[in-house]
Amino acid sequence: MSTDQMAHLTDAEDGASLWHDAWLRLRKNRAAVTGGAILLVMVVLAILTPWIAPYGYEAQNLDLGATPPSAAHWLGTDIFGRDLLTQILYGGRISLAVGFIATAVALVIGVTWGAIAGYVGGRVDSVMMRFVDILYALPFMIFIILLMVVFGRNILLLFLAIGAVEWLTMARIMRTQVQSLRQQEFVEAAVSLGLSPFAIIFKHIIPNALGPIIVYTTLTIPSVMLLEAFLSFLGLGIQPPQTSWGLLISYGAETMEEYPWLLIFPGMALTVTLFSLNFLGDGLRDALDVRGSKD
Amino acid sequence: MIRFILWRLLQAIPVIFIVITATFFLVRSAPGGPFDSEKAVLPEVKRALEAQYKLDLPLHEQYVAYLTDLSQGDLGPSFKYPGRSVNEILGSGLPVTAELGLYALSFALFIGVLAGVFAALKPNTRQDYIPMGLAMIGICMPSFLLGPLLVLVFGIYLDWLPIAGWGDLPGDKILPSITLGSAYAAYIARLSRAGMLEILSQDYIRTARAKGLPEWQVVTQHALRGGLIPVIAFLGPAFAGLLAGSFVVETIFQIPGLGRFYVQAAFNRDYTMILGTTVFLSTLIVFFNLISDVIAAWLNPRLRAQFKGGA
Repeated sequence: MSTDQMAHLTDAEDGASLWHDAWLRLRKNRAAVTGGAILLVMVVLAILTPWIAPYGYEAQNLDLGATPPSAAHWLGTDIFGRDLLTQILYGGRISLAVGFIATAVALVIGVTWGAIAGYVGGRVDSVMMRFVDILYALPFMIFIILLMVVFGRNILLLFLAIGAVEWLTMARIMRTQVQSLRQQEFVEAAVSLGLSPFAIIFKHIIPNALGPIIVYTTLTIPSVMLLEAFLSFLGLGIQPPQTSWGLLISYGAETMEEYPWLLIFPGMALTVTLFSLNFLGDGLRDALDVRGSKD
Repeated sequence: MIRFILWRLLQAIPVIFIVITATFFLVRSAPGGPFDSEKAVLPEVKRALEAQYKLDLPLHEQYVAYLTDLSQGDLGPSFKYPGRSVNEILGSGLPVTAELGLYALSFALFIGVLAGVFAALKPNTRQDYIPMGLAMIGICMPSFLLGPLLVLVFGIYLDWLPIAGWGDLPGDKILPSITLGSAYAAYIARLSRAGMLEILSQDYIRTARAKGLPEWQVVTQHALRGGLIPVIAFLGPAFAGLLAGSFVVETIFQIPGLGRFYVQAAFNRDYTMILGTTVFLSTLIVFFNLISDVIAAWLNPRLRAQFKGGA
């Protein structure tokens, strides 16, 4: 913890040098840079999908049926003659959107919860964190399935349900950060200047705890995407006519004996994205020195 | 130690109670009754059915009745399979899932610890990078992708192993166990590598080496015990993950276990079955978390001392 505080002190002295240092260190990590680049390409492709997809999302060609990769259909077609590349692009939009949006939900709840608990301290803190402890012990995978069954398989609910699961660790990380930060002189100065706790938390504490938040966020996105794919594979997540990588993998697995490309390409899309996010997250953790092991 | 166990037990009780209560009211608040699908049910028949399943009582009385039954270990009848109780269905699925989980976990522990220790002995060399690279693949390759791929390669192309079933054909337990276990093998490899690296730099390891002990004895007799604490602490949460993983693996390989029953119950809206399974699985998960915490505490001398001293 003391090296952590040192890092924050030097940060206060020479401005943005912590971030500059981190960037230099990240750039040297080839796996992380490759991961980041692949991810960037994926996100750009997902955003541009409606304009760059080679075929329309609903375009079928029943006479064609399932064909292996060819010049006209780079990744082949499914049994309805739909272009697989187009399906993967549209599926990626949903998979990535679930990953980012559900993580954002988790981020907002977790950071706010942890910051308040850590800043207020005392009995409020112990009640809030005991609540987190209890939720931690709940079997959430089962609960998400239960929610999807009870309230229908709705994509908005999926965002909320996943986000509601993933905020717990974020809250714990944030609380630890806040507890170490609130002892620092600049926070005391802010208090003596008469700033409201709200302003102190959002202007002084959260910006200084950004490193761990960024790292954990990067590592939450892949686990959220995995959760979505898992549910969609079981038929409890994304529902047709929408599609996602998990759903495409589930269709592919049904017909893999005759048409293996329908399993392999969506599987590759998901695995490569998860890989990139994990490498980027690990790289960021080392670069931002989140564990405080600076030697 | 007993204080620690009692303290953790006390924490587990409210958790299980919350699970039961939340699940009960969630399931009861679901839109549509379980008998809505049968179109031509006469009103009298429907009323009789509702009375049989106690759906005609006010909600809080249903809750009390459910808790009373539950305290006697009775999870109630299944909605979709009227002749069978939830207890019977769970009882037939549990041994299958337990066996699958046991094989998967044994596979994960064996491969994971071996790879992790191996990597930690020569950090930042090829002996470290190759197993850790494989572990990264294991973490990023979800079971619902790995399973079909293994079936495709070993079941269909090479035709070495059966592609589905459980205990029907020789070797049909191999692919499901590997599919379920591989992600955990990967996590365990990473955890045991990190744990071993930390322990191997400690003074008492240097002492053991200075005494002239051969390296394998240093590892097996001195380092493993401390280095594997993180792995044991991981086994509790891993158990919950294994159960969730069994939903997918049992579906892929058509194994008649708890996971497949749960997914089917979710699809059939078999409310008592969902309720019973959720309560049962949650209790199991909480229980296993407890056991793994207690074992990890027992292995960790510092924590042991803390609770002996009467904290």
